[in-house]
Amino acid sequence: MYPPRFNYESPKSLAEAISLLTAGGGEAKVLAGGQSLVPMLKLRFASPEMLVDINNIPGLNYVRRDADGSIHIGALCRHEDLEKSEVIAEHQPTIAAAAPLVADPIVRTRGTFVGSVCHADPQGDWSATMIALDGHIVAQGPNGKRNIPARDFVTGPFQNALAFDEIAIEAVIPAPKGDVHGGYLKLERRVGDFATAAVAVAVETSGGKVIRAGIALTGVGGRTINANVAADSLVGSALTIESIARAGELAAAAAEPRSDHRGSASYKRHIVSTFLTRILNNISESTVKAA
Amino acid sequence: MSSLYEEISAPPAAGVPVRRVTLNVNGQDRTVDVEPRLLLAHLLRQGLKLTGTHTGCDTSNCGACTVLFDGRPIKSCTMFAVQADGHEVQTVEGLATQSSLHPLQEGFKEEHGLQCGFCTPGMMMAAKALLESNPNPTEDEIRWAISGNLCRCTGYQNIVKAILWAAEKMRGSSN
Ligand SMILES: Cc1cc2nc3c(=O)[nH]c(=O)nc-3n(C[C@H](O)[C@H](O)[C@H](O)COP(=O)(O)OP(=O)(O)OC[C@H]3O[C@@H](n4cnc5c(N)ncnc54)[C@H](O)[C@@H]3O)c2cc1C
Ligand code: FES
Ligand code: FES
Repeated sequence: MYPPRFNYESPKSLAEAISLLTAGGGEAKVLAGGQSLVPMLKLRFASPEMLVDINNIPGLNYVRRDADGSIHIGALCRHEDLEKSEVIAEHQPTIAAAAPLVADPIVRTRGTFVGSVCHADPQGDWSATMIALDGHIVAQGPNGKRNIPARDFVTGPFQNALAFDEIAIEAVIPAPKGDVHGGYLKLERRVGDFATAAVAVAVETSGGKVIRAGIALTGVGGRTINANVAADSLVGSALTIESIARAGELAAAAAEPRSDHRGSASYKRHIVSTFLTRILNNISESTVKAA
Repeated sequence: MSSLYEEISAPPAAGVPVRRVTLNVNGQDRTVDVEPRLLLAHLLRQGLKLTGTHTGCDTSNCGACTVLFDGRPIKSCTMFAVQADGHEVQTVEGLATQSSLHPLQEGFKEEHGLQCGFCTPGMMMAAKALLESNPNPTEDEIRWAISGNLCRCTGYQNIVKAILWAAEKMRGSSN
């Protein structure tokens, strides 16, 4: 399968990349890991006039934790960099749990976290983690930088809030105010398949009580679902059997699954509540142990 | 020098963008003129006649086209040849030397790690990347590392054994 013809540029700086996008007037596209874009081009779902390859721009491949506790993921940080990162293993359980479940090990050497969020696939894993963690994307365009909250970033299936001349340069997970807990569970038919259903959870606790919670669902709707009602129901008290069960019901109600070859809608709802309950039970056990 | 998607070695038609790139393939610098839309897998197979790299699905799923790009395994059907400019690519043709097979090739032979052989080059390249970072992998780690490579014949059992065989041989020879 041949992609359609396009011009190719490989700028060496962000400024150069942004002016190429500006000159492209909406007909140029960013090429990051290419693990979604190249297949789309081959299937002719996209036919940009120009690809602006950002892989040769120095300084974009990082994952780091700042002194305030916020975590920063650069535009060229690959899935496997997160899978191997000590910073993530030690400080960010939601991302750590999802990293080995994204695609397959070979796709993970190229595909990027930020590119995946930009791709806005309703079945993509990283958008859900970003929403659960209340993260934001830093976008840079001709007029400088702006922050876009993850929950507003995805505007529809395969659509994001970036202007045509903006590049997402980093994803930021804000500094926690309490103890950090989280998890990600995904049901897939086999390695490399997209989620039948998946659940991302991020919880902060202080003195045994939940002070912040985020829950997002993958693969059970036309876009990543922010199960904020379920998450809010947990805030202000300790995790108990009752509060966990209640959150499971609310998350299942927030899902908008469709029956397809991966399973029926009711099965997927059931998976959502089961996964959420499992993750919250684990968190509850670990907070009890720590206390 | 070849300009692919147009007739090989014919000058490209007017208006067709062409890029000159130099990449190192199995230790040798190669300079080629390519259209940006040319996939790395096609450059290797059609342009450089290195047909050991297979294309099975062409949809980024099967891993038959796996090569090492600066030492890491990638699906060469999911990267453009222009992107390899200035980079190192290793293909299955780079495994054996004039006089001997690579331990992975020996392992696949000894343990019957292939039947039709279609997935084999990709399997070996994925395994090479694994053994470079983890010389003593468990069976589980091997299964995990080749989980992006599909085999329709063997049921994987003997592929795993072949990689274990190679790992042991390579540990022995580096002592
Ligand atoms: C076999 C296979 C299985 C997969 N399975 C999964 C899975 O289970 N879960 C999952 O989440 N994903 C999966 N993926 C997708 C994979 O994770 C991709 O890596 C990811 O979706 C896109 O990231 P990328 O860096 O490859 O982006 P690209 O493919 O380069 O780009 C994707 C889109 O985002 C835009 N873009 C990329 N980076 C930026 C940026 N910095 N600024 C602005 N726009 C940008 C591009 O213009 C393009 O429109 C799979 C892919 C394959 C091939
Ligand atoms: S041919 Fe590249 S993944 Fe199948
Ligand atoms: S040996 Fe036939 S596909 Fe693996």
